[in-house]
Amino acid sequence: MSYIVDRRLNAKNKSAVNRQRFLRRYRQHIKKAVAEAVTRRSIMDVENGEQISIPTRDISEPIFHHGRGGRHSNVLPGNQEFVAGDRIPRPPGGGGGGAGSGASDQGEGMDEFVFQITQEEFLDFMFEDLELPNMVKRQLAGSEEFKMRRAGISNEGNPGRINIVRSLRAANARRIALTSGKRRQLAEMEKELATLEAQEPELRDHKRIEELLASMAKLRNHISRVPWLDDFDLKYNLHVKDPAPSSKAVMFCLMDVSGSMNQATKDMAKRFFILLYLFLKRNYEHTEVVFIRHHTSAKEVDEEEFFYSRETGGTIVSSALKLMKQILDERYPLSEWNVYGAQASDGDNWNDDSSICYDLLVNDIMPKVQYYSYIEITPRDHQALWEEYESVRAAWPDSFAMEHIVDAGDIYPVFRELFHKKYA
Amino acid sequence: MSKQAMSKTAAKSKTATKAKPISTTSEWTFELIHEYDREIACLADEFRLDTYQNQIEVISSEQMMDAYASVGMPLGYHHWSYGKQFLNIEQSYKRGQMGLAYEIVINSDPCIAYLMEENTMTMQALVIAHACYGHNSFFKGNYLFRTWTDAGSVIDYLVFAKNYISQCEERYGIDEVEAVLDACHALMNYGVDRYKRPSPISPARERELQKEREEYLQRQVNDLWRTIPFQHEDEDPKRKFRFPAEPQENLLYFIEKNAPLLEPWQREIVRIVRKVAQYFYPQRQTQVMNEGWATFWHYTLLNTLYERGKVTDGFMLEFLQSHTSVIYQPPYNSPYYSGINPYTLGFAMMTDIRRICENPTEEDKRWFPDIAGSDWVKTLDFAMRNFKDESFILQFLSPKVIRDLKLFCIVDDDLDSEIEVTAIHDDSGYQAVREQLAGQYNLGNREPNIQVFSVDLRGDRSLTLHHNQYSRKPLAEESTEEVLKHLHQLWGFDVHLHSLQDDVVRQSFHCPPMEEDDFDFNR
Repeated sequence: MSYIVDRRLNAKNKSAVNRQRFLRRYRQHIKKAVAEAVTRRSIMDVENGEQISIPTRDISEPIFHHGRGGRHSNVLPGNQEFVAGDRIPRPPGGGGGGAGSGASDQGEGMDEFVFQITQEEFLDFMFEDLELPNMVKRQLAGSEEFKMRRAGISNEGNPGRINIVRSLRAANARRIALTSGKRRQLAEMEKELATLEAQEPELRDHKRIEELLASMAKLRNHISRVPWLDDFDLKYNLHVKDPAPSSKAVMFCLMDVSGSMNQATKDMAKRFFILLYLFLKRNYEHTEVVFIRHHTSAKEVDEEEFFYSRETGGTIVSSALKLMKQILDERYPLSEWNVYGAQASDGDNWNDDSSICYDLLVNDIMPKVQYYSYIEITPRDHQALWEEYESVRAAWPDSFAMEHIVDAGDIYPVFRELFHKKYA
Repeated sequence: MSKQAMSKTAAKSKTATKAKPISTTSEWTFELIHEYDREIACLADEFRLDTYQNQIEVISSEQMMDAYASVGMPLGYHHWSYGKQFLNIEQSYKRGQMGLAYEIVINSDPCIAYLMEENTMTMQALVIAHACYGHNSFFKGNYLFRTWTDAGSVIDYLVFAKNYISQCEERYGIDEVEAVLDACHALMNYGVDRYKRPSPISPARERELQKEREEYLQRQVNDLWRTIPFQHEDEDPKRKFRFPAEPQENLLYFIEKNAPLLEPWQREIVRIVRKVAQYFYPQRQTQVMNEGWATFWHYTLLNTLYERGKVTDGFMLEFLQSHTSVIYQPPYNSPYYSGINPYTLGFAMMTDIRRICENPTEEDKRWFPDIAGSDWVKTLDFAMRNFKDESFILQFLSPKVIRDLKLFCIVDDDLDSEIEVTAIHDDSGYQAVREQLAGQYNLGNREPNIQVFSVDLRGDRSLTLHHNQYSRKPLAEESTEEVLKHLHQLWGFDVHLHSLQDDVVRQSFHCPPMEEDDFDFNR
């Protein structure tokens, strides 16, 4: 008789460790493939997994086997036209045992080993070695927010935190402790009274009975005076305040949508913003994004409008910075939020405006943000804005970064450069 | 043959009194699996199939992929190559390029067979017949398995191996262990004994011995190297004793015992890989027989069930559809051709042996005087027990099978500008085809014959291997160099490999490469 076992509910990921081992061994290959994928992909599917291919040669497991040449004899099935002694021209490329027994050693003829990694793994590879500058600093030092945590039971507290079960249990215990002696006496007296009353009426000791009744009444009175609930019965749930590192981030995306920015430039800016967004999302419990677009005036918009509507006109960058400052003051208190700014532009600005931008950034924005990055997407020479920003960078070298991007392939390296782990 | 059997069974089932079929739908339940198993077990008993206890495990397709990826070991140690295997399987399964195997069966006692939950009842019954009674009886009966594997202790040994290797990983780091395993895997095919019988050993004893072995081996190795007399450097080289005295074909064994620089735990890992290789060695040599035997029995057992009215016509149609696709052999010029299908060849030969026993023709009496007309059950049992693919084909490949499969021989010689057809399926060709085909299943011809030739004990401690070319076949250069790197890593000193053809060196490989061979061992 056979044993029949249902194993369907057993773990199905027996190969997970081996899979991880494989990814670990070929992480260089995979990282390269991921980096390429990020530049190549359309914006909407940055959050998907990725197909990775590695040259088969690199992952082959070598064994001794025969090479080409020598004398190979082979038995084949399905003969239709041959008779013994026939001579067949060698098929092209098949020299010396093309169909020979060695063929099985080489495995299938695929040049690339192709497999799928999950979105999770994709992003891990993408963000490996990256860390937002100063994030740790703010998380540890700037912990102005607190979290309440349960810490057992205490005898003091405010009435809202009374633990009813524990309080009543304590009251019950106290009542038992304070009255048990008296209850025992009372029970004895009741017994005695009962025996006395059981006697013939003429033999009863009336004096004793009255005495008993009086002291019983006294005892009952005592017992009833023990309070049902006393002050010191009350127990409170104890909560303690733990400093909680702020786990919320807000990211400001600022983009120039003036006539000089075309859709391709905006797409590039978008990739940069998405990378930043994904990165924040993975590092903070809660991430909000504020989109501000501007030409001569700035406006807070939703994502769709941010990326896809077009405006024409001139460019005043300071309008966006002003709006950012305003939103920051109104909605995102610095005690709770980590603020990140990312600005993309083609570098066009009205010349007298650039110095206003400098003032705004240095005086109002930079003190409040964890990090501010500026990317300039243009094949042309830099203009006044770039120069002003360079002096901002000089003033805030740790938290201000700027890069110049020409085409889509530049984005990922720049992104890595901007957020490269800083070894303090 | 199959047509014959079908029409015969059809005729019988008309006359047989209607028995109630075990099931009529394609849904399976555990009760039904029990019932089919019971019926098949009864039949197997009638046919005198001797099996290990069966353990049938129902698993999901994901679990099947896992089982698949661990190359048939129910518990394997961790290694990236299994991860690669898994990714490969997962990828092609998801793309729909490949269906999963219906079953995997493990040579252990009890014999573990996996059934996939997605299978229909028919498929489950097919797998039970194929794996639990076909393969199982083969594992228990065939002489190679009896000699080289110990079904009772294999699971325990694998548990030991897995734990040992993960302990090593904790102690010495994953990379260190992986390097040793990579090197051993490259030499795995050269880690088997062909002529000695290893004594089966219990896992508890194995653990005990392992410690002793560790200490003892290390002592031995040191001794070997300690005896080097430094004074006699100018000794006559002709009188130099050679070590090893005889060429050694088990490279991993040689390394385990003699590599000078390996740590005890590294030796133990070499040993583990060697043991696993040894465990799979019989399977590599009996593929045609094993699959042929199992296929023959699922065919025979299920047809008998049908004759007795235990299964429905629908069951048989589904079964035959699956059976015929398993034993399909594409011709050599088909795009689907990828070698001779072991199921086809094995099944054709097994069924033909039965035919020769039951209805021998004149030709059969000439070719197989011993078995023509004998009891087929006994003859098949004898064939299953005492042969491996090579000898089985040499002994039993009949002219009829050669004709049915239209087998023909070609010779592809690099000295000749054309490929020559040397024999086909005709009277003058049968013997040649048979011999050629048998040779094709001789592992010795398929794998380069490489042996440890000598160790330069008194000089630079280099290890020299010899490859004896078979039919002038050279070694593939790139992979050979890679394997030598692995070997060099295990040995710790220079490694040389000479490929010889009639005692003339045709190819030489060195690791590290000869040009920069100015390694100083007296540093």
